[in-house]
Amino acid sequence: MNSKFKGVAEYSSSSPQIMGDTARKLSRNQPFPLFNSSSIHHDPRTTPSFPEMSPLDSRSQSLCLLSHEVKKQDQSEPISWVKSQILDWDPRAMLNNLSFLEQKIHQVQDIVHSIANQDSQFSNQENELAAHQQLVTADLTCIIIQLISTAGTLLPSMKSSLTTANTLLEPLGSITTSSSICFNDNMRQKETVPLEMAKASEFDELIRGLSDCGTEGDELIKCLKNSSSEVAESALIEDHDLKDATDEGVDGENLLPGSYEVLQLEKEEILAPHTHFCMICGKGFKRDANLRMHMRGHGDEYKSAAALAKPTKDLNSELAPIRRYSCPFIGCKRNKDHKKFLPLKTILCVKNHYKRSHCDKKYTCSRCHTKKFSVLADLKTHEKHCGRDKWLCSCGTTFSRKDKLFGHVALFQGHTPALPTDEAKALGALDHGNENEEKAIVVKSSLDGANVLDVRGDDDERSLFSLMNFDSFNYGGFDEFPQPGF
Amino acid sequence: MGKSITLHNRTRISEALETQVPGVVFTKPSGDPCPLKKHRFSEDPKPNLFDALSEELLFLILDHLDSDDLDKKSFSLVCRSFYAAESRHRRTLRPLRLDLMPAVLSRYLSISHLDLSYCPRISDGVLASIATAVGPSLLSIDLSRSRSFSHFGLGSLAASCMSLVEINLSNMNDLSDASAAAIGRARNLEKLWLTNCKLLTDMGIGCIAVGCRKLKLLCLKFCLGLTDLGIGLVAVKCREIRNLDLSHTTVTKKCLPAIIQLPYLEKLTLVNCHYLDEEGLVNFKLGSKSLEVLDINCPYVSDDALSSIVKGAVNLRQLILAHCGLVTYCLANSLQRLAKLETIKLECCHLTTPGLLALGSSCNSLKELGLRKCSGVTDEGLSFVVSKNKGLTKLDITRCRTITDISIASITSSCTSLMSLRMESCVLVSKQAFRMIGEHCPLLEELDLTDNHLDDQGLKSISNCRKLLILKIGLCMNVNDEGIIQIGRGCPMLQELDLYRSIGLTDTGIIAIGQGCPMLQTINLAYCTEITDNALRSLSKCSKLNTLELRGCFRVSNYGLVAIALGCKEIVKLDIKKCYDITDVGIVPLAHLCSRLRQINLSYSSVSDFGLLALASISCLRSMTIFFLSGLTPNGLATALLTFGGSKKVKLHISFKSLLSQKLITHLEERGCIFQWRDKRFQAEVDDNEVWKQRSQDLMTFV
Repeated sequence: MNSKFKGVAEYSSSSPQIMGDTARKLSRNQPFPLFNSSSIHHDPRTTPSFPEMSPLDSRSQSLCLLSHEVKKQDQSEPISWVKSQILDWDPRAMLNNLSFLEQKIHQVQDIVHSIANQDSQFSNQENELAAHQQLVTADLTCIIIQLISTAGTLLPSMKSSLTTANTLLEPLGSITTSSSICFNDNMRQKETVPLEMAKASEFDELIRGLSDCGTEGDELIKCLKNSSSEVAESALIEDHDLKDATDEGVDGENLLPGSYEVLQLEKEEILAPHTHFCMICGKGFKRDANLRMHMRGHGDEYKSAAALAKPTKDLNSELAPIRRYSCPFIGCKRNKDHKKFLPLKTILCVKNHYKRSHCDKKYTCSRCHTKKFSVLADLKTHEKHCGRDKWLCSCGTTFSRKDKLFGHVALFQGHTPALPTDEAKALGALDHGNENEEKAIVVKSSLDGANVLDVRGDDDERSLFSLMNFDSFNYGGFDEFPQPGF
Repeated sequence: MGKSITLHNRTRISEALETQVPGVVFTKPSGDPCPLKKHRFSEDPKPNLFDALSEELLFLILDHLDSDDLDKKSFSLVCRSFYAAESRHRRTLRPLRLDLMPAVLSRYLSISHLDLSYCPRISDGVLASIATAVGPSLLSIDLSRSRSFSHFGLGSLAASCMSLVEINLSNMNDLSDASAAAIGRARNLEKLWLTNCKLLTDMGIGCIAVGCRKLKLLCLKFCLGLTDLGIGLVAVKCREIRNLDLSHTTVTKKCLPAIIQLPYLEKLTLVNCHYLDEEGLVNFKLGSKSLEVLDINCPYVSDDALSSIVKGAVNLRQLILAHCGLVTYCLANSLQRLAKLETIKLECCHLTTPGLLALGSSCNSLKELGLRKCSGVTDEGLSFVVSKNKGLTKLDITRCRTITDISIASITSSCTSLMSLRMESCVLVSKQAFRMIGEHCPLLEELDLTDNHLDDQGLKSISNCRKLLILKIGLCMNVNDEGIIQIGRGCPMLQELDLYRSIGLTDTGIIAIGQGCPMLQTINLAYCTEITDNALRSLSKCSKLNTLELRGCFRVSNYGLVAIALGCKEIVKLDIKKCYDITDVGIVPLAHLCSRLRQINLSYSSVSDFGLLALASISCLRSMTIFFLSGLTPNGLATALLTFGGSKKVKLHISFKSLLSQKLITHLEERGCIFQWRDKRFQAEVDDNEVWKQRSQDLMTFV
């Protein structure tokens, strides 16, 4: 354990200038190799390896060189990758994340520095040192987790499985390369390389292949993405538009085209699960309020009323122009380039609109297995009354409320309110029913005749009856035969 | 397997139809001389000259016979070619019994209007056979008084009768949504009556609204199952509606905007829509330029509501407001903007004098004014209104109990072209006032003076109105023979005469009517206790008489009734309640001669089983009221009821319910008969006219 710290101290002190520079360079340009190596550094299984590699200056230098080479390689790779992605990325958000990463790396550096100082101070007192070391380890672990999660958000999360795999494994790939090169002269080290890393290297190769192909590969991915979103578009059902209109509540207001600022988020941003991230641990949240609640756990300074209060909007909202949102999907009515552009009011509207209109419906109702939704909340709303829909339209759509059905029927030409199935079945069996009915009539009329005849048989005055029934078949006062004179 | 069987059945059915159709064509009397006829020609040296007449000529003759069915019957019996021409000419058919329906359908192939209101029980099979026989030519069908058919029959009608334009389905209490859906398949429907279809819901009316896009008239009176959703959908889908009746429905303000904005709406009826409030009426300001007739019964009508109606419906010609609270100055003044207004009817409203004055100054071209049962109508106000509207042709001041001779004087002097005047129980008007009516309004056609202080002098002056068609002078206790004789001399066009409880009247007066009014169709002689057979003998000269009320005329006997039966063969309604002397001897000839009798009241008469049986075999008879017939036995009644094929309604004393077998009753009810069991007390004496005399004298002293 001691030796490790020594090693680190030596490591950092032996070539402080070079290491500092490279570290800084790395941290600015390409953060992954550095923090990945440090993560390995903290891996308890890898720690014993350090003493062996650290004492040799030449080795460390060669390592430095190697890592430099790796850096070059890695740089050329992700940068081209980033370049290709930059078309889809929001550079501001990326810069934010990068500066956050930079901060974190500085923190790591500070901690390492402090360890170096402490090492010299407490070299004799082993117990104290061990306790302190534990603390430092915990600190570092925390920071590294943050680094990883933030770095994860740097990359776009994409819909198609191929691209998501790429994005997720891209950092891992770079880790593998750097680490494998770092420890390539050490056999024991190789044992520590986890299995998944080997797998990841395969993906790395794939990415490389793609990036080698240059922009073509990226275009392929884009094509894939576009086609998938087009499919989603074509699968649109009208009631989504209805939902958009009501949900997003923009149709009611009549803002003049120039009177508001239009912001267009990119689809990756729209589809990202979280929008608010903890600056300390990197945990993502959907709501700012939840983040603020979370922040309380990071220290007393976040527990103040001011920190917990809603960010003051008053000043901003008064000064800032009215902001409306545009859908990034070209050709959509909610896209700012559309002739009859209808802006979206809030980010939530954007999210729901984009998911409903341009994404796959991945949520299927577990009860009816037919209704599909792209917004989870819609599914939940549906599941609340699924199976209880009793108002049916001729098009097959069911409604839980009669007024909704009548609104639907009023809107669409040719749609009719459909009666419950038993009645409809009866209608369908029209011919059959008629036959039965006719038979029944025959029976009935014969019965009538029998009754009348019986009565007549009982009565004595037959002549009277015949006379009286003489003109019984009279149609509209029209008789086949003239009336007998009285 | 099941499918193939049904398919097989279908092909069989279609084959059956195909074989049937040529058969029908064969039996149809065609214009071409058939082989049989040629045979007759060769046999008969003298050819029938009528055969030479062209069909066009025969049709022209038939066009002029349209008014009378009996004439057409005689026409068709002249010869074969006439018979054939009549078969092809006939467009409307009103069958009395369904037994011979197949024969009739095969004879008349170009029927376009079918009235089945005489047939209380119509099965789906009958409807289906009608649909197959006259389907293509059928334009309208009336099922308003028929029952026991379902959506199967309606479905076959809608499927086969592509040109069907009118359906009347009123009073079908059991009309289901499925039936409505079947109607919805008649795409060309323009007029639809659904009065009293209480089971109809929004789903059914929704199917109709979507299916029948061309609807122009829709009557949803008393359709209590409907809500705003269904009615709103009608307004959204059927944009061509011109006439919409939503009386007695639960329509609220929610769907009114859609209705008001129907582009062609001409007539809107909203009587007794209790869920419609003032806020709803304000919707009228949305504007309905096409609206011409508005009939609304709303207790909440106020300045706001009325002014928005006036603002929106600028082309209004008729405005009917019933039960609207107080009609004030402002309210009446706002009517000024309706330039085309011709008719105002304010029923059961409370009027003020300033309101009436404003009404007079804002409306100057009124043709019709109704102030029926309005309170607060003063001489001053009414005089002003009539002086401003000299072109008034119809005036209804029934039960305006505050007007006096002054009003009558101004009415008669201003509105000399008055054609209809109704002033039942205007108690403050004296007998002198009625002389002015006769002197100044010679164009009067309808005059209702029921329950007034009319006397013979007044009647003498009224006899100057030679165009008088309807005269109602019931409950006028001061009327005697002299006055009636004057009417008989002066009003030869008279069609309807109401002499209810004219106590002073004797045979002399009625004889004058019988001689002077040959066009008489309706006469009410109820409780004219002095009337005898002589009066009836005289009335028998009025051959067009169709309604005769002799209730309480206890001096009338069989002789009088037989005279009526011989002379007036078109009697449709007859009331001989409490004519104690009438027996089977009078009834049997009546039953044989008056084949059009539809409704009869026999209570308290001396008719027995025999007479009842004779009556029951009249094919037109639909309704009988039989209380306290002393000679009636349960067996006789049962026989009569079984013979009574067209029975629709039978009123009987409740004691008979236990005496008739339950099976018989259910059987008759299945045939379409409705029994009304009443528990009445036996009243042997004729109602005392003295009570009424006393009342009238009280009123006189009050004057």
